[in-house]
Amino acid sequence: MSIKQISVFLENKPGTLNKMTKVLAEHDIDMRALSLAETKDFGIVRIIVDDVFQATNVLKEADFVASLTPVLAFAIPDEPGGLNKLLDAFTEEKVNLEYMYAFLGGKDTNHAYMIFRVSDAKSAENALAARGFKALTQEEISQI
Amino acid sequence: MERYYQEDIECAPRERIKAIQDEKLLKQVRHVWENVPYYRRKMEEKGVTPDDIHSSDDLYKLPFLSKTDLREAYPYGLLGVPLKDCVRIQSTSGTTGKRVVAFYTQEDIDLWEECCARAIMAAGGTNEDVCQVSYGYGLFTGGPGLNGGSHKVGCLTIPTSSGNTDRQIMFIMDLKTTILCCTPSYAAYLGERMRELGYGPDDIPLKAGIFGAEAWSEEMRRDIEKTLGIKAYDIYGLTELSGPGVSFECSAQGGMHINEDHFIAEIIDPDTGEVLPEGSQGELVFTAIDKKAFPMIRYRTRDICMLTREKCSCGRTHVRMMKPKGRSDDMLIIRGVNVFPSQIETVLLNQGYAANYQIIVDRMNNTDTLDVQVEMTPEMFTDNLGEVEARKKALVEGLKSMLGLKANVTLVAPKSIQRSEGKAVRVIDKRKI
Repeated sequence: MSIKQISVFLENKPGTLNKMTKVLAEHDIDMRALSLAETKDFGIVRIIVDDVFQATNVLKEADFVASLTPVLAFAIPDEPGGLNKLLDAFTEEKVNLEYMYAFLGGKDTNHAYMIFRVSDAKSAENALAARGFKALTQEEISQI
Repeated sequence: MERYYQEDIECAPRERIKAIQDEKLLKQVRHVWENVPYYRRKMEEKGVTPDDIHSSDDLYKLPFLSKTDLREAYPYGLLGVPLKDCVRIQSTSGTTGKRVVAFYTQEDIDLWEECCARAIMAAGGTNEDVCQVSYGYGLFTGGPGLNGGSHKVGCLTIPTSSGNTDRQIMFIMDLKTTILCCTPSYAAYLGERMRELGYGPDDIPLKAGIFGAEAWSEEMRRDIEKTLGIKAYDIYGLTELSGPGVSFECSAQGGMHINEDHFIAEIIDPDTGEVLPEGSQGELVFTAIDKKAFPMIRYRTRDICMLTREKCSCGRTHVRMMKPKGRSDDMLIIRGVNVFPSQIETVLLNQGYAANYQIIVDRMNNTDTLDVQVEMTPEMFTDNLGEVEARKKALVEGLKSMLGLKANVTLVAPKSIQRSEGKAVRVIDKRKI
């Protein structure tokens, strides 16, 4: 099942990311993963959080423009070749990646977590599941 | 059904309007000749005396007044009556650095308020309406003018003045305001705030808005109408000529009827001063034929627009002025190209952005730079970087085809551009020339 990533518009100037993290901190929202894409004058920060609903609301209240994007999350063994095996399946199923980012950690130190943005999350998820790679649910992500 | 405050005069046959103008102009020229030495001197320099003016057809013989004259004659030089006959002054915001102080007799104020009453009734107002005046009160003419007009119509008037947006909204909702008077940029901001508070157009009791004191585009009108669920009417005026109500829009929303029984309008070539035929675009010039305390003859407004006498579906016969493209004061000359902020606004709104923007003009290495800062909106944002960039590029191209020059567009965070409670500050010109 795809999970929800929050994408937030940020101006490319000092302090804007900090302003966002401050809002999240004040509302006790825990980030699981973060990635930043930037251009000359603006950026998009993409985050995976424990409480999507609350995070979206507090960001909106603080005048941030944010949108929700479905992404696929996988846990892979934290060992050489771990990501490679997963990507083999992507290649064989001809799933095209728009972007991806990784995070480690949580209580389970044996795994790394990968977030993928693909054009059609639903069909990619089904194809990968058939190859034994099951995408994490929102609940599983929250519990990491 | 169209409503009129003074149907007899608002719908009078053209010949009657002309006769009124002829008669009043002759009197006014004599009044000025006898009582305003500053203008008399200008007439003498041009070799004109009141005897040369036989009707409004001779208007062109008279000298112009401009903002420079107001500055030179400040404060009493253009006064037409003894100070003891004046009951009030109003003054401009001085945004362009030249503060104007205008004087009024009681009769001048009554006529001005009648003009505003005409505007309110043209927007459908009656004594059953609740009219909230959110223009600034005080020296600015917006608040006092519409306040007086609203009284004359018999509306329940809520004199909120500008500012304190949440209190404005409380009054709109609790007292069921039906007519809102303020600047268009403040109306847009009120709409934005009301949407945030969860009020949709169907929940809002407003039915009409009378918005003026700054240039605004058709696109902005449609936006405000949609958000607030109203019909938005334009109103025009200058402190020099009284204030709002010199002209106003009717239900046809196709230009503003100039109150021709009080003002004679001309369109001139701004470079040569020559009077242009009807339908030409040029600078708007007004002669106030009733005002006694501050009698402006052929006052150059610097507003660029067009007049039409084509029949209007509302039944009014007074000439209409099309929405000014902008005051020539607002016009920027960037790399030799004339740019009006309203043109930039049109492009932004057409492409789906909101009217929250700022224009910054600067000069680098002897070349003018034009920066347009636009707030990102939820509608225009997507997680796809390429898509956001493509939309930005489309905006740059849209501006280029509208203005004929390249602007640097910066997308900025929501609410990062300061909201105005009165006239919006759209332009920051940093050039030191």
